[in-house]
Amino acid sequence: MKCRVCGETASISLKAYNTALCTEDFIAFLEKRVFDTIQKYHLIEKGDIPVVAVSGGKDSLSLWYMMNKSGYGADGIYIDLGIDNYSDISFKKVKLMADTVGRKVYTFHVRDVLKRGIDEFAKSIRRPPCSACGMIKRYVMNRVCMDRGYNVLVTGHNLDDEASALLGNLLYWKEEYLWKKNIELKGREGHLSKKVKPLFLCSEREMAAYAILCKIDYIYEECPFSVDAKSLVYKSILNKLEESSPGTKIQFMKGYLKMVKEGERETNYCINCGYPSYGEKCNMCRILERFGINNSIIQFEEYNA
Amino acid sequence: MLKTPFLPFDNIPPLCYLIPMKVELDSKVHEFQKPMTVSKLLEQLSLSRETHLVIVNDRLVTEDYRLGIEDEVKLIRVVSGG
Repeated sequence: MKCRVCGETASISLKAYNTALCTEDFIAFLEKRVFDTIQKYHLIEKGDIPVVAVSGGKDSLSLWYMMNKSGYGADGIYIDLGIDNYSDISFKKVKLMADTVGRKVYTFHVRDVLKRGIDEFAKSIRRPPCSACGMIKRYVMNRVCMDRGYNVLVTGHNLDDEASALLGNLLYWKEEYLWKKNIELKGREGHLSKKVKPLFLCSEREMAAYAILCKIDYIYEECPFSVDAKSLVYKSILNKLEESSPGTKIQFMKGYLKMVKEGERETNYCINCGYPSYGEKCNMCRILERFGINNSIIQFEEYNA
Repeated sequence: MLKTPFLPFDNIPPLCYLIPMKVELDSKVHEFQKPMTVSKLLEQLSLSRETHLVIVNDRLVTEDYRLGIEDEVKLIRVVSGG
């Protein structure tokens, strides 16, 4: 196959766009797609101070890399979940990228603060590990933004992550979550940072190809707790549809963006930390209290490149 | 009793068989006897082009690339739990 732009040997075929591109033209194509998305949906605007949530995986590291390469300078936040081996490797990859982009990364060590890793923590609060992990990540990332003056939290959710989550919410008609998957989730002054997903229209395959072609050293191993995740089943179904009808996933999510409306949101703020909450205190503060941990000891380590 | 005559090449296998093509997937090596296209390889392994990228001799290639016996082939899974 030849590159549609320059005629050289193509590195990747993109059936959804009925094209094939060489390494150089694919990198330019994907970066343009991400920055066009940022501009079209006003994800990051002049004067904003963004920070990227990084996990060590292909999506977040590629996003952090391309943002810093293209003038959207941003620091990073990493949550060390205390999963033996997996967390050590992913933290190493994050630090390597921090050195490459020359930015600092805030790190929260779950084991240092909660005195247990994410699996033991999840067991003790009787939640699945992914649910406990999500709760900690949302809380800590927002806390970094509030305490350190970042007003936009940038995450590496890609097209496949969003499409599979939407499919799951549709299959079970989870209306309470249906409209909470937008490309931009609005912030609330002094309480909650704005959250944005610049990779919303980039597929997982495109992101992996970008990471490989840019020689980004990411963690290839899967989080041990996500092996049985339902999202993997939905992704597999969507990929089968994509294979027989290229462009299905992107049409699905573009359609969602046209229809999306403001979902119901929490109306209270936690009396301890100010995080939006349905009750008097947020879930995280209630759990910290149960473990006898004072909210104020939540500190972040800073790794400076 | 007559001794069986010593035949020096008896234990040496014939040289006319094919060297298999080696394909690495999730740290396991799969062997294939015939050269084929990337698209055929994915089909033989029941893998989707949406979920796997193919690296040949450290270069990302498209599905129409014809693999040779001496190519170093690596399949990269792109889907993560997230």
